[in-house]
Amino acid sequence: MSGLIYLIPVALFLGLVGLGAFLWALRSGQFDDLEGAAERILFDDEDDDPGAKESRNDGR
Amino acid sequence: MTEVLSPPAAAPRPDDEEPSAVPPGCDGPAPSPGRFASFATADADGQFSLHLMVDGAHCGGCVRKIERALGGFGEVTHARLNLTTKRLVVRWDGLQDRADALADTVEGLGFGVIPFDPAKIGRGDAEEEKKLLRAMAVAGFAAANVMLLSVSVWAGHAQGMGQATRDLLHWFSALIALPAILYAGRPFFHSAWAALSKRHTNMDVPISLAVVLAGGVSLWETMRSGPHAYFDSAVMLLFFLLIGRFLDRRARGRARAAAERLLSLGADAVTVLDEAGRQKHVRIDQARPGMTAFVAAGQRIAVDGRVVEGRSDVDLSLISGETVPEPVGPGDAVFAGTLNQTGPVSLRITAVGDDTLLGEIVRLMELAEQRRARFVTLADRIARHYAPVVHALALLTFLGWTLLVGIAWQEALMIAVAVLIITCPCAIGLAVPAVQVIASGRLMRQGILLKTATALERLVDIDTVVFDKTGTLTTGKLALVDAPADDTAMADAAKIARASRHPLARALAAAAPEGPSASSVVEVPGCGLEWKSTAGVVRLGSRAWCGVADEDATSVGPELWFARPDCPPARFQFRDTPRPDAAEVVNGLKRHGIAVEILSGDREASVEAIARSLGIERWHSAVRPAGKTAHLESLVRSGRTVLMVGDGLNDAPALAAATVSMSPATAADITQTTADAVFQGERLQPVLEVLTVARRADRLVKQNFALAFGYNVLAVPLAVAGLVTPLIAAVAMSASSIIVVGNALRLAAARQR
Repeated sequence: MSGLIYLIPVALFLGLVGLGAFLWALRSGQFDDLEGAAERILFDDEDDDPGAKESRNDGR
Repeated sequence: MTEVLSPPAAAPRPDDEEPSAVPPGCDGPAPSPGRFASFATADADGQFSLHLMVDGAHCGGCVRKIERALGGFGEVTHARLNLTTKRLVVRWDGLQDRADALADTVEGLGFGVIPFDPAKIGRGDAEEEKKLLRAMAVAGFAAANVMLLSVSVWAGHAQGMGQATRDLLHWFSALIALPAILYAGRPFFHSAWAALSKRHTNMDVPISLAVVLAGGVSLWETMRSGPHAYFDSAVMLLFFLLIGRFLDRRARGRARAAAERLLSLGADAVTVLDEAGRQKHVRIDQARPGMTAFVAAGQRIAVDGRVVEGRSDVDLSLISGETVPEPVGPGDAVFAGTLNQTGPVSLRITAVGDDTLLGEIVRLMELAEQRRARFVTLADRIARHYAPVVHALALLTFLGWTLLVGIAWQEALMIAVAVLIITCPCAIGLAVPAVQVIASGRLMRQGILLKTATALERLVDIDTVVFDKTGTLTTGKLALVDAPADDTAMADAAKIARASRHPLARALAAAAPEGPSASSVVEVPGCGLEWKSTAGVVRLGSRAWCGVADEDATSVGPELWFARPDCPPARFQFRDTPRPDAAEVVNGLKRHGIAVEILSGDREASVEAIARSLGIERWHSAVRPAGKTAHLESLVRSGRTVLMVGDGLNDAPALAAATVSMSPATAADITQTTADAVFQGERLQPVLEVLTVARRADRLVKQNFALAFGYNVLAVPLAVAGLVTPLIAAVAMSASSIIVVGNALRLAAARQR
């Protein structure tokens, strides 16, 4: 049973990493344009160049 | 591979392209210079940015085309089109004036663009949605982990888990649950606090109380190493409720986007002439009465004014709902929001902004909306009775156990909290949103957009439906109903008509078989079309202009006269045709025992004709916007619940005055914003469909409430008797929530119609 004292925190930590990743994605605008993102993956790289130059403050 | 998937991209425009100057008097919808530059804003780093709404972008190919074309400009540093919101942001170095070249490029690719001021469009709602999503993520994480620990505790019960291990697991649960409750519960706490500070109560009050008490008591129980920790119930409850709330908000996201478009409508530039007679572009809020404005053919008029110079036909459909343009000349008044169709005109501005007729209509609408009594939703009405009963029950339980049975107050408090948790309106909180989300999803698949949360509930008791005529009962498109028997007249007239964009000419051309278009046809604004044939001058236009004496007004609809040398003038009559299923829908409404009326701004003869053809007994013609509102209000006052269906801007105040309102997607933007529901397509069927779905949804909501109450009737006595353990609480709560959501899903599964 004493293994619990390590295993539970480890499990929680892993869960928190997932939660953190989701919150980060939400904050950085990954969910702002779901339709567009699905289409953009088909573009050749040079095509979304102007957008890629400044990916931080986009889409607002 | 990309080339196959998307349309060929337009070549980037050369850098030196200047905004094309449009000479006054140029025909067709003309992009005017400086139209966009006034909307470009300077950023902190010396760059300019322009925000545009893009019409007609539907796929990745469009995105690529637009972004690539803009990227072709050397100075553009950022161009990104959001396909979900259809908003384009362009940033560039250099001059503000480049905005026009950039916007024209997008327009040149075949997309409509409207500049907008991002500051005007509230981002509050989007923020709110993200906040809910974050809260939901946290609650979901906590619920999953706490449930895992709880399952161990329950399993431990059966297998003889030691007390130390159980306490450890409880402490871990507390560590996860308490911060999660504090964070994810905020939407409920805020709303509950707001209601309480106004001396109201809503569903969020018992929710907040139950969650906070469950968390607090469980912590206390954990501290004294007791067995009754309800952390799992508390976070699960939050998670379920947040899902309901998030879905609810999400469903109306698209409607919100439509409303935001309206806000951008006010953002257009006016071309004014300065003293020297030069054209200058100013934002609409900088135009003043007394200035002279220039409106090119094809442009929307942005101010109220009187024509000083020029002749044209003005499309009044936004204001009056009429399809046929009205001719104007010097001295005639024109109104903001109307479309100048055939010739350039100069106006002396008489009113701008809120003082215009458009502004007046908007104000009338807001007044009517304020007067509409605040509708209390079923959930709120129930909460009003439910919350006090629950709280009294918990208090009585506590008093009963301490005073009558005489156990320690700590024990009694635990039992009272169990009562609160069991009665916590989890299923009740889901009962309405679950049904509404599924109902609006089902309606949306049929092109009906529900915009207000309470629309479905208000639709249930409708006993009267009032229709506008033009554009609502009818398609708003003209059709030729009476033509001269002479075939050559028809062919000749159609040949001339093909040269014009006037709605009557187009309707005439559409009715004739394919044929050539006459060359060098002259369009005389306000009169008609003129063509020099070998035999002499041929005219197609208004009655007076074609030399026909004014006779009695036997004609029902709009007409065109055709005058040729050596022939008597011939008449073409047009009529606005009803929507294909209008009669069927009117019959369907009557079968449901619903009274049907027409309320139109059009002339008596044409309203009567439509009413008779559709079998509608009550109609009112030539009603002004204020009269429409008054009629609706008198209907509502006399105890009727009225559904108003209308599309014109003149209908907007009446829509606001009705119990509930709908408009077709072709309606004016303001009208769509006022309406509770917007439907797409040629058919009128959505009116019936919405009523059917509303009634079904109402039944389901009531069933859901019954289920939720039934569960309470079973579980509350157990809780009051002190028999509820955390396991029973968790199972009972999840089960009731799942049953309620499952019941709501039946609406989606039900065969359509």
